[in-house]
Amino acid sequence: AEICITSMDNYPLYIRSIPTQGELKFHYTVHTSLDVVEEKISGVGKALADQRELYLGLLYPTEDYKVYGYVTNSKVKFVIVVDSSNTSLRDNEIRSMFRKLHNSFTDVMCNPFYNPGDPIQSKAFDSIVSTMMVQAC
Amino acid sequence: MAAAQAGLPVRLESVAGELPLPVFVGITNELEMRYPNHPSTNESQPHILGSLTGSAPHPPADRPVLRHPDTSMDKQEAWSPPRSPGISPPCSPSAYRSYPYGAQRNGTDTLLAYDGKVPGRPSVPQENSSPSHYSLKLQSEQPVITRGASVERLVERAEIDYSDEPWRITEEQREYYTNQFRSLQPDLNALIMGTVAKNFFTKSKLPIPELSHIWELSDVDKDGALTFPEFCTAFHLIVARKNGYPLPETLPATLRPGFVEPGVVTVPPSEATEPLIVFDDNMMPGANQLEMGSVDLQMTSRPGVTAKQDRREESRKPEFSPKRIPDPHEKPIQRVSTLKPDSPQELDANMKSRTRPRSYSSTSMDDAMKKVEEPPTPPPRPQKTHSRASSLDLNKLFQQSGQGSRPSQHSLSAKSGWLPPPPALPPRPPATQIFSFLPSSEKSSQKAVQQPNFADFSKFREEQESSVRGGLSTEDLVPPKSDSTLRHQGHAPQKPVRRKLHPESQSATPPSATPYSAATLTKSTQRPPPKQKREIQMAIRKNRETNAVLTRLNSELQQQLKVVHRERVTLESQLELLRPVAST
Repeated sequence: AEICITSMDNYPLYIRSIPTQGELKFHYTVHTSLDVVEEKISGVGKALADQRELYLGLLYPTEDYKVYGYVTNSKVKFVIVVDSSNTSLRDNEIRSMFRKLHNSFTDVMCNPFYNPGDPIQSKAFDSIVSTMMVQAC
Repeated sequence: MAAAQAGLPVRLESVAGELPLPVFVGITNELEMRYPNHPSTNESQPHILGSLTGSAPHPPADRPVLRHPDTSMDKQEAWSPPRSPGISPPCSPSAYRSYPYGAQRNGTDTLLAYDGKVPGRPSVPQENSSPSHYSLKLQSEQPVITRGASVERLVERAEIDYSDEPWRITEEQREYYTNQFRSLQPDLNALIMGTVAKNFFTKSKLPIPELSHIWELSDVDKDGALTFPEFCTAFHLIVARKNGYPLPETLPATLRPGFVEPGVVTVPPSEATEPLIVFDDNMMPGANQLEMGSVDLQMTSRPGVTAKQDRREESRKPEFSPKRIPDPHEKPIQRVSTLKPDSPQELDANMKSRTRPRSYSSTSMDDAMKKVEEPPTPPPRPQKTHSRASSLDLNKLFQQSGQGSRPSQHSLSAKSGWLPPPPALPPRPPATQIFSFLPSSEKSSQKAVQQPNFADFSKFREEQESSVRGGLSTEDLVPPKSDSTLRHQGHAPQKPVRRKLHPESQSATPPSATPYSAATLTKSTQRPPPKQKREIQMAIRKNRETNAVLTRLNSELQQQLKVVHRERVTLESQLELLRPVAST
């Protein structure tokens, strides 16, 4: 499982994987999923920009895992990759995970010492994300 | 206890003596001081290790222990890993320090720096103390551990209390924070914006990630701004960090915004500010320990010895204040004040980082105030001077007087003769000119015509006046008017003096002219006086002149009306007479 936060320019602000091996595959998956995210937001954003759902849902399932997407109003994208074998994760849980992620991300943004666009190095944020991932996986 | 007390006095004394003001630097210094003061570094160590109170009692015990550093070390080690570093001889503690807490190294360095400041204090002890304090803090959750080690020393007691020491905000610290907060935001109930706080805390020279972490810890409501409690927390964390204490992962209970120190006494800001600074940086760990120990001591043996320690400790540890709020606060405050002189250097170093924001803000405020006060913009002279076409600068008038003197003289003479007593226009060329114009013409056209002459006239007048003033050299220029001008000039000298006071003194244009000239002369002669004044006066004069002119015009028209009316009556009567004739 992996959680990745990408800035609006599609470079990663934060990546966390569990387990830590085989990260590369996750990274690759996230990277490819960004295209799907872009596609979703570009299509919807034309006329209904303000009504666009932040939660993008299942971007695409592969044989091994599912990728979920979430985008904020400032074009910061959250991507969660979970094992397909983990069927206990329902959509609601994913939504709540994204919500928590978004809240934590907002808290990080509130910190005046954080420059938007910098990698997120907040320990509090790390702990929240780790807790969440442990619960999910 | 007695031993502890005995030890405490020793430590206290040393602390009192050596410790610089609680300023940031002071904190470390205190630690250092304690150590050097106390023959047994162990004393300091125990204090540091964990329990301020405990440590205090230990000093005496420590002393002997110090003699046997190994012993103490062992004890400390057994106590708890963090403790051991502190316990070990000054040298060893540092080693220990660094190793349990990588972050502490920074503290160590700072401590070392502080140590240097403290004369004769083994830097090591401080370092040790700080790390130990730090470790103590970390160990706060493990009272058992600390207790175990501290059993031998009163440290145990200190441990329990000590664990909170580094994260407790003493009265002095709070005072200092309050001042700093006020420098950024006068209203204590208001928020400090994130950017403002960022700039302020950046001055503390801590690395940005650490500041970011501190922010995360202190901004509990995550609103991007700091309330006063949050600000105190952040500041306290920064101070602790600068003193070498590693940053906690979570906010200690004592630093939560809702935490209220019992018996927090507001120390006089002056005193508190400095001590706090020093304090926070260095003393935090040491202060806590010392306070803990000193608290006990103080309670028992306040007078004298404890006084010093109390001061420091109390300043350091507001926690203990609950125990002895009234006394500690007083004492520490006193000490703090005394300490300040001792550690002005240290304070300065630390305070610079802190005071900079303060001074910065204060200076900026001062500058702002100065700026506000500075602009004493005099009324725009040109406008006033040129409110009327005739009102030209004296200089110009004088310059042109020669040119326009002739024509103006003529016109002036004509006008002057015609002009009724000048409407109380002080010697203002414009005013007089207006007078001259109006009386002579009573018609706008005339006025218009006269306007140019008016200007000349004013010049002329000025010239005359100036000549009169300057020696009547220009009188020749205006022969026709010379008489009048002379007359006026005679008035002029008077007029200038009482320019504004004699609008009526000028019955005729010449008089008005002369007053004008005189006025102008006076004006010119009185140039040295603020130009603004002149301009104002000229404007006033012009207005008066205008008023006078209009008044005269009005009276003339009234007369004409009467005349015309009479004629009408006459004609009507004639008509009536003729009618019967015609009718018949």
